[in-house]
Amino acid sequence: MGDTLAWRSFSYWMRRYRHTWRGTIVISVANPFLFLLAMGAGLGGLVDQNHSAYLHGIPYLDFFAPGLLAAAAMQTAVTESARPVHTAGQPSGSYRAAAATPLRPDDIFAGHLLFIAFRIAISAAAFVLVMALFGIPGSALLLVPAALLTGLAFAVPIAAWAVGVDRPAKLNAFFRFVVMPLYMFSGTFFPTSQLPAWLRPVVELSPLWHGVALCRTIALGTGTPYVHVVYLAVLAALGVLAGRRRYRRHLHA
Amino acid sequence: MADEILVRASGLVKVHPMGGVRAVDGIDFELRKGEAFGFLGPNGAGKSSTMRMIGCVSTPSAGELRIFGLDPATDGARIRARLGVVPQEDTVDTELTVRENLYIYGRYFGLSRARIRERTAGLLEFAQLEDKASEQVGALSGGMRRRLTIARSLINEPEILLLDEPTTGLDPQARHVLWDRLFRLKQEGVTLILTTHYMDEAEQLCDRLVVMDRGRIADEGSPRELIERHSTREVLELRFPPGEQAIRAEKVTDIAERLEVLPDRVLLYVEDGEAALAAVHARGVTPITALVRRATLEDVFLTLTGRTLVD
Amino acid sequence: MTRMHLLVERNLMVYRHTWSLLVAEVFEPVLYLLTIGIGIGTLVGHVRGTGVAYPQYVAPALLATAAMNGAMNETTFNLFQKLKFDRVYDSILTTPMTVRDVAFGEVCWALLRGTLTTSGFLVIVTVLGLVHTPWALLALPGAAVIGFAFASAGLAVTTYLRDWQDFQLIQLVMLPMFLFATTFYPLGVYPRPVQLAVECLPLYQSIELLREPSLGHIGPGLLVAAVYLLVMGVLGLAIALPRLRRTLLA
Repeated sequence: MGDTLAWRSFSYWMRRYRHTWRGTIVISVANPFLFLLAMGAGLGGLVDQNHSAYLHGIPYLDFFAPGLLAAAAMQTAVTESARPVHTAGQPSGSYRAAAATPLRPDDIFAGHLLFIAFRIAISAAAFVLVMALFGIPGSALLLVPAALLTGLAFAVPIAAWAVGVDRPAKLNAFFRFVVMPLYMFSGTFFPTSQLPAWLRPVVELSPLWHGVALCRTIALGTGTPYVHVVYLAVLAALGVLAGRRRYRRHLHA
Repeated sequence: MADEILVRASGLVKVHPMGGVRAVDGIDFELRKGEAFGFLGPNGAGKSSTMRMIGCVSTPSAGELRIFGLDPATDGARIRARLGVVPQEDTVDTELTVRENLYIYGRYFGLSRARIRERTAGLLEFAQLEDKASEQVGALSGGMRRRLTIARSLINEPEILLLDEPTTGLDPQARHVLWDRLFRLKQEGVTLILTTHYMDEAEQLCDRLVVMDRGRIADEGSPRELIERHSTREVLELRFPPGEQAIRAEKVTDIAERLEVLPDRVLLYVEDGEAALAAVHARGVTPITALVRRATLEDVFLTLTGRTLVD
Repeated sequence: MTRMHLLVERNLMVYRHTWSLLVAEVFEPVLYLLTIGIGIGTLVGHVRGTGVAYPQYVAPALLATAAMNGAMNETTFNLFQKLKFDRVYDSILTTPMTVRDVAFGEVCWALLRGTLTTSGFLVIVTVLGLVHTPWALLALPGAAVIGFAFASAGLAVTTYLRDWQDFQLIQLVMLPMFLFATTFYPLGVYPRPVQLAVECLPLYQSIELLREPSLGHIGPGLLVAAVYLLVMGVLGLAIALPRLRRTLLA
């Protein structure tokens, strides 16, 4: 019963998506394409000529692409979970309409998460396709789930938080002062081994750092992925627990 | 001076560029100093388009319009400097506080800071917003916003105040407060032009009005004149079971001077309502409810156009 | 007589409530500078053919981008909201203010915003020791010119927008321009035909206008960039003004 109810909530979001999917697909392909072309191929030329020891002989493009995959998954996750969840949770939002039907807060939460996961997976798949186009190594079969896990480690806790946020300005502040710095300093653009020693442990707490490390490990076939997988999965699971409580409290207040 | 004409329109037309609708289709009117002049009509009659042309924010498509003897096409800014405008939807600046709204609006009129300060105290009192002066406009109720819009429109001591549907969307209490404020302005000699689709509002506030329908003027006069011209003294309203209004009405047609069949009731235009009701009963016709009332502008409109004002 | 300064005064009043946005607007280019300039800069070393350290090379490009974004956000996002939803201009136009006052006022405000953001960023760049010549101060008038060009262009674009969805299209133009207009690497990376195309981009001209003086190069190329941007600004206004009139005075 619970599964079918959550499915109804999922299909609501899918039906809405029918109006905008074209635009999002274009963005999902254009973004990685442009970034990999400029930062990888353009800037990569300058980097590779310098033979920096930090890269251990790996071409910059091969280093950068899996990192950007993780960062893009985070971006999709934040875009899909922060504002839409907050809007839906407002007194005039779609959650309120759904809460007046047999759907329980748990179903509403689960259905929306399912949709967000779908969006992250689609975008990641588009990204991996573009990577292949550039001839960048990495197994699609493993990279898409890795990006999805990275995205969920953000999306689930953020949805749990956003459902009860009173002012949308807080979401903007979160994006500017939390998401952007994470995006910049989690090892996507340069190896964190360059950072001062005291800063590294702080950066390694960042879920995106683990996401980047996970995707890069898979793509380059170096190191072991398990620590990162566990870290990200625990974050997503904590998000589920928090979200179930927050959705119930907020929608059945 | 009392007969000074402030606004004169002849053959005024407005065709909207998108869709080519003739919103205003050749109207003539004159507005004299000190009077309260109303445009009465249903939604889409062309009232707002007319108001926007008088407010010099919309160019007439044809015909002539003079305000204070000036041409809006060439002297728009000079005319607007002497007008106050209360648009249909409150366009208060939601990013500013109540006091800041009055201040910046005064600045747009080129008033000095000192002059604005002087005016603000009085206007806040007029709008009953003294204790809200420092609040963000977003936090105000609908009635308060409306009063702020009106206070704002008075910052430049306008010679003519344009009010487009001033009380639409307000609750009854807020409406009465607003009517009271407008009545005070009228006493102070401000010339008012207002549009409304509420007959009670038109009767309360207007010295003279035109009835508009589909972009044209159907008739013009004081509320009393219009009622006398187009209606009987009283109206008997009969309500029958759903779907039976027309059949039942046939049996009482000759009792009334004129009879209107509406979807939910039948109106009998008569001089003496009680006598007419007795005559209806004498025929063995028994309505679910019966009501005798005085004729209103609603009846005038129904007679002139065959339609109701609010549908 | 023009009353455009009154619109600037209005926006300044709003700004008193939301000044923290400025902090955010300076914050973002600083992040880029730290990550790309210094982070990637460590990997790059010196920029080939110029002998300039990478952070010093990237900083003026980020300054130009900040001026562009500061101005354009104002006349696209914010102006669209005011035009279509808050209907701010409807009430302003019932006063002696004209559509021209509104358009000039908004552009003027936007270029001030862009210049302000750039000044804040310039201070930080100086503190980080990336400025080596007083010519770098030319960044301030330069930012005003960049602000003017993009504020006017933004205004013209906004008159064509139908809903928020259309902003994606703006992003689709702005992002590649940001990435390819020699922000992060010199023009020499491209083959000649691509170089010509890149040189036509307004952001490329903006970056030239700030980068050359900051590296101590003062030449006629600066004049070309300045004239290009001024013409772009005038054209933007020429397109926007009649269209705004048609929308607001229907």
